[in-house]
Amino acid sequence: MLKLENINAFYKEIQAIWNVSLNVQKGEIVTLVGPNGAGKTTLLRIISGLLKPASGKIDFLGHPLEKETPNKIVEYGISQVPESGKIFTEMSVLENLELGAFVSRARKEKDQSLERVYEIFPRLAERKSQMAGTLSGGERQMLAIGRAIMSGPQLLMLDEPSFGLAPISVERMFKAVEKINQQGVTILWVEQNVQACLELAHRAYLLENGQIVGEGKGKELLSFESVRQAYLG
Amino acid sequence: MQALGQNLVFGILVGALYGLVALGLSLIFGVTKFLNVAHGELVMFGGYACFWAFSLFGIDPFLSFPITMLLLFLVGAILYKVVFSHTVKFAEETKIKNTLLVAFGLSVILQNLALRFFTADERGITTSYFSTAFTVMGIRLPIIKLASLVIAVVFLIALQIFLKKTYMGKAIRATTQNWEAASLMGIDIHKVYLISFALGTALAGAAGALVSINYSIQPTMGLGWTMKALIVMVLGGLGNIPGTIIGGLILGVTESATSFFINSNYREVAGLVLFILVLVFRSSGFFGSKEG
Repeated sequence: MLKLENINAFYKEIQAIWNVSLNVQKGEIVTLVGPNGAGKTTLLRIISGLLKPASGKIDFLGHPLEKETPNKIVEYGISQVPESGKIFTEMSVLENLELGAFVSRARKEKDQSLERVYEIFPRLAERKSQMAGTLSGGERQMLAIGRAIMSGPQLLMLDEPSFGLAPISVERMFKAVEKINQQGVTILWVEQNVQACLELAHRAYLLENGQIVGEGKGKELLSFESVRQAYLG
Repeated sequence: MQALGQNLVFGILVGALYGLVALGLSLIFGVTKFLNVAHGELVMFGGYACFWAFSLFGIDPFLSFPITMLLLFLVGAILYKVVFSHTVKFAEETKIKNTLLVAFGLSVILQNLALRFFTADERGITTSYFSTAFTVMGIRLPIIKLASLVIAVVFLIALQIFLKKTYMGKAIRATTQNWEAASLMGIDIHKVYLISFALGTALAGAAGALVSINYSIQPTMGLGWTMKALIVMVLGGLGNIPGTIIGGLILGVTESATSFFINSNYREVAGLVLFILVLVFRSSGFFGSKEG
């Protein structure tokens, strides 16, 4: 579904991503793990079009993404829950969700999408007229994820969604993501906290210093964990 | 007592005009974070559009609003496409410096274009009803000032409805809050910038029309109005649309009160003093958010 080939990217003169290739198959949950500063967020930004790669190819369902504008990429069917959610704090929960369905394809199905989001996150239905800025951390993350699926994406990317959340919120959030995947959405998940993803992910990539240093599935993820623990104690 | 009442009413009428002048600038700044210091010159052109529609074609100044606004909308769109869209590409600091520089250059160009084509003569509009006034409780309310107040309020309400209820309006508000998150929603940021700039310029045009109705216009009037707009924006909170009209009213009433209680020579100074006080004690403005 998504294929990155030899992506190189720079922030000004500093190279941040070195020859990265990865792929995500339809229906999978793929996780991208690595230490702080490895370039995971950068990679997601590149896929979403917020940062242009210096070289390399990105293919999504036959569409080349390397030179596309971010809004076109959303139209193609990729949606991202950015780091810390980035919800619109001066708008209500409902307005945030409605904005998620901004692309014309999603506008027609706005009501069904809303129902779907409320079904996965009942708390959002309760709070729909509340200002998003007044929500708790866990609720904001729910809103960010809900908003991202309002566009009816085929690929949902999450950037460290469990960051700063209480364990019980993390658990709820994981269950929600699992449900979303079961409904047919492919997931690309960036996490620093590997343990969190272990049970859920089908495959994983390990990113360090802007390079892919490992790839594995199932039990191999466990060996990643030991590698990580060796690195970080 | 009556003189005070007259004065206050006058302050409100002027204040509404100030608010409308600032509205366009506030919209543009909130969305694009450009401070278009040529805004006053756009107001000036709006004023001339209204004036020429009247003196060349005999169109009543209150009826030529749609023409003026459409014209200025197009001007704004072209200005964005040709000039400002290129400054967006830079990083934050360069962007801010470059846009200020570019906008300043633009204001000089626009002033000189006006001088060249319209001459430096002061222009004013007078129709048959211009000196008509109602008198309510001893307070004289000139009909053109009342109509101007109504128009300013109508535009504010219309803008609010646009921002709240339409998809483009919501896209504009989202971009104002967080442009990256907005582009992740599938919002075309360049389109939002373009429309905000064009709309803000159209509002400047409407304000200009009101200026030509209530005052006189000449090519160098721009700077004064840009200053007023900046003061109002700071009073109301940067990028805060409803706060802008209230900021305008505060400025208008403060100026009138100063003129009444102290001395009419200190009118302009009052606004500047208020400006400094707000910046020192409450830099987000009376109604701005903490990030302002």
